[in-house]
Amino acid sequence: MTAARNIAAILAASLAITACGSDDVAEPDGDGTVAVGPPPTAPAASTPTSDETITLVAYDSFPDADTSLNEALASFTATTGIGVDILRAGDTGTMLSKASLTAGNPEGDVMWGIDDSLLSRAVADGVFDPYVATGLADGSVEISEEFLALVPDGEATPVDYGDVCVNYDIGWFSERDLDPPASLADLADPAYAGLLVVQNPATSSPGLAFLLATIHEYGLEGWQDYWTALGENGVEVVEGWTEAYYERFTWAGGGPTPMVVSYGSSPPAEVIFADPPRDDSPTGVIEATCYRQVEFAGVLRGTDAPEAARQLVDFLVGDQFQAEIPLNLFVYPTNEAVTLPAEFVDFAVIPEQSRTLDPAVIDANRSTWIDEWTELVLG
Amino acid sequence: MNRLPRRLVGALAIGPIAALGVFYLWPFATLLAEALTGGAVSDTLTRSQTWDVVWFTFWQAMVSTMCTVAIGIIPAFVVARFEFRGRRLLVGLLTATFVLPTVVMGAAFLALLPDSVDRTVWAVIGAHVAFNLAVVVRVVGSLWEHLPTDMEHAAATLGASRRRTLTTISLPLIRPAITAAATIVFLFTFTSFGVIRILGAPGTRTIEVEVWRRATQLGDIGGAAVLSLLQLAVLAVLLVWSTTAQRRHSRALALEATAPRRRPRTTAQRRFVALTAGAAALVALVPLGALVARSFSTPTGWSTNAWTDLGRVEVRPGIRVGTDPVEAIANSLTTAAWATAFAVAVGALASLAITAAGRHGRLIDAGLMLPLGTSAVTIGLGMLITFDVDPVDWRASWWLVPVGHALVAVPFVVRTCVGVLRSVDPAMTAAAATLGAGPVRAWRATVVPYLWRPLAAGGALAAAISLGEFGATSFLSRSGGETMPIAIEQLLGRTGTTLQAQGYVLATILAAVTIALVVAVDTIQGIVDARVTGE
Repeated sequence: MTAARNIAAILAASLAITACGSDDVAEPDGDGTVAVGPPPTAPAASTPTSDETITLVAYDSFPDADTSLNEALASFTATTGIGVDILRAGDTGTMLSKASLTAGNPEGDVMWGIDDSLLSRAVADGVFDPYVATGLADGSVEISEEFLALVPDGEATPVDYGDVCVNYDIGWFSERDLDPPASLADLADPAYAGLLVVQNPATSSPGLAFLLATIHEYGLEGWQDYWTALGENGVEVVEGWTEAYYERFTWAGGGPTPMVVSYGSSPPAEVIFADPPRDDSPTGVIEATCYRQVEFAGVLRGTDAPEAARQLVDFLVGDQFQAEIPLNLFVYPTNEAVTLPAEFVDFAVIPEQSRTLDPAVIDANRSTWIDEWTELVLG
Repeated sequence: MNRLPRRLVGALAIGPIAALGVFYLWPFATLLAEALTGGAVSDTLTRSQTWDVVWFTFWQAMVSTMCTVAIGIIPAFVVARFEFRGRRLLVGLLTATFVLPTVVMGAAFLALLPDSVDRTVWAVIGAHVAFNLAVVVRVVGSLWEHLPTDMEHAAATLGASRRRTLTTISLPLIRPAITAAATIVFLFTFTSFGVIRILGAPGTRTIEVEVWRRATQLGDIGGAAVLSLLQLAVLAVLLVWSTTAQRRHSRALALEATAPRRRPRTTAQRRFVALTAGAAALVALVPLGALVARSFSTPTGWSTNAWTDLGRVEVRPGIRVGTDPVEAIANSLTTAAWATAFAVAVGALASLAITAAGRHGRLIDAGLMLPLGTSAVTIGLGMLITFDVDPVDWRASWWLVPVGHALVAVPFVVRTCVGVLRSVDPAMTAAAATLGAGPVRAWRATVVPYLWRPLAAGGALAAAISLGEFGATSFLSRSGGETMPIAIEQLLGRTGTTLQAQGYVLATILAAVTIALVVAVDTIQGIVDARVTGE
């Protein structure tokens, strides 16, 4: 019965989509006709100031419809008349490679989500047009100096941040009366042998962040010894986040390892998306292992709607949009005026001192570090 | 041999050649022109890592292919020659295993493996065999079921043992189909991506994985281009060999339009069929079962919530996921419909042209296989910098995704059709000519009718491939909704029990739709065949 209903729904939905699809196709022609026709007549006049539509290029996990984030964008359109299409360009690395290849003739007008480890490459490749958001220039929007220092010339605008941290299965540790580790050094302690799964930094963004955390802790000359120790302590390496969290982690995957490299915002997500609902998080974060990632938005160089693109960047750091960031993207807003939702206050950890490295240093060494790490841990 | 006017052959070939040129060769060449530098070439070729990767890619593909063909030939025979209950369902199940995205099937497979095999090359090869069985069953089976049984009967009458009949009569006759299937399996395992990442030991890389890593994680597009070219060079050699071999070994046979399947008669036959079908079904059903189980499983017990909540906008008051599974299903079906239309049109023209054009047909044949052997990253990036100026400013056009799917699917349509068309006995065409038909009329009357049946099968495969396609889709920039495989990947890429379970719900639906599709087409074919024989 359910199957039959599903199939019916599928068929109905597919018809609906086909219909929408043909509308979309017809649209540009429609616009063209309006432009050619002599008198600019009534219908278009109702929109406020402009009837431009610009494209926001984002990574795949940026929601393209139905969420409060998209509703915020719709209200931007309502007040400015500027429509916003969302174009998803792959994971962050893929998005940047595409942006670099098309620098000067971009796929869209504004880009969301280049993180600090990729920022110097984006800037060097001329992806962005420097722009300082109006709110930042006139002081109505406040963003931590720590983030603004990464873009001294307004190369891009810091829009969110988050941490990559070792997560642990609270139940697993309490059943065994074992305290979870409190530092990176503890992870190499034989008491925690074979309890940690990490991602390959060569192919995974949280994996790379965790490697950077260890480089931050032990320095350019010391991290290799630390990883040798981790290896001797039975650290498990898998290729990506999904395999680590959903296959190997004791909590979510029924796997053998009660500690996994994930995000600082994973515990609140475990509460929000719990089934059945629950009031406390089954997982916790080991604060001392956290590495900070900052994401940026910017005007793409070569946009044919620079003014509208700048207005959108202003909006992206504004209070309204920033307030929707935590529960949709599971990162923190950079705008300091925004109050966090209760789930985030209760279950997420913003480490007092998260680790960061200079983006230029990361960019210069990334490839070498990864090769060295591969040799050391997998070789 | 070819008595068709050149102009007709040219007219048939122009469409496929143009499609290949515009959507494959041009973007690929543009990317090479942009990214290929002397520095990138020498850096890549002098890095010892490069050659480790090339060697690993080659040997694992070789072993995977040999195992797949050796094992797959048995179910291919059973499916082609015997009629038994659940035969179509079995083919549908195997096909689903082949086309389902590896992020899903890989995870299901992983859950079933003993820990000692996890993340080793044996897990990779095992998965390659399981996932590619359908290629051998379909490609070899579709020729086998057309083979006239009288030669086999004659051999048996003359006292040849069953085994002798198989090795001296059947196998040589189906050799072109075996070569074709082996070529496809080799292409797929040589360019393996998801299976390697999920099931391989960490750090294990095929050229495909390394191309992706260089282009997207390190921003080394030059290095990626060199590797992509290297990958293509190896495969081009293989393709030339394979298409030559197929032509050399294909013989004209008095093909039978209807399948001479029979029910297993003796106890031994019944056992053999049951055992083979049972084993093949297990290979497909066990991972699918794991998939279904996961859609009901949460860390704290079983739950049907993921199914009942499917399509509900708000997960909790005010909180929405942003990935709409129901919309993804609709998107996938629309995309698959377009991709199938493109693939069937191009594939039909190409198959007729290839068989009519003699030696030159080989080039078209091999050319259409190239996209399968080219990394999805390179094609995606190539399209991005090629279709970026008027009048070809097609970036993010809705139809670019189905075209990408069609590029991957066309070779399957062609492989399914060409084997059958090549085997049409020229004596029939000659007879038609003797009866006064001109070359075109004779061709239309004798060759073209054999196209429809394999074309329908190829079309079903194309639709199934499009439903499960992940690589090309994920590297093209997209606006609007996502296809099912992308939505699954996104759901499984975020923290949260609800999201994980919904990902597996979607994967189960994808599997069900794929199986239904393949079974439906096979059934319709069966009805058509029955009507034809009834007349």
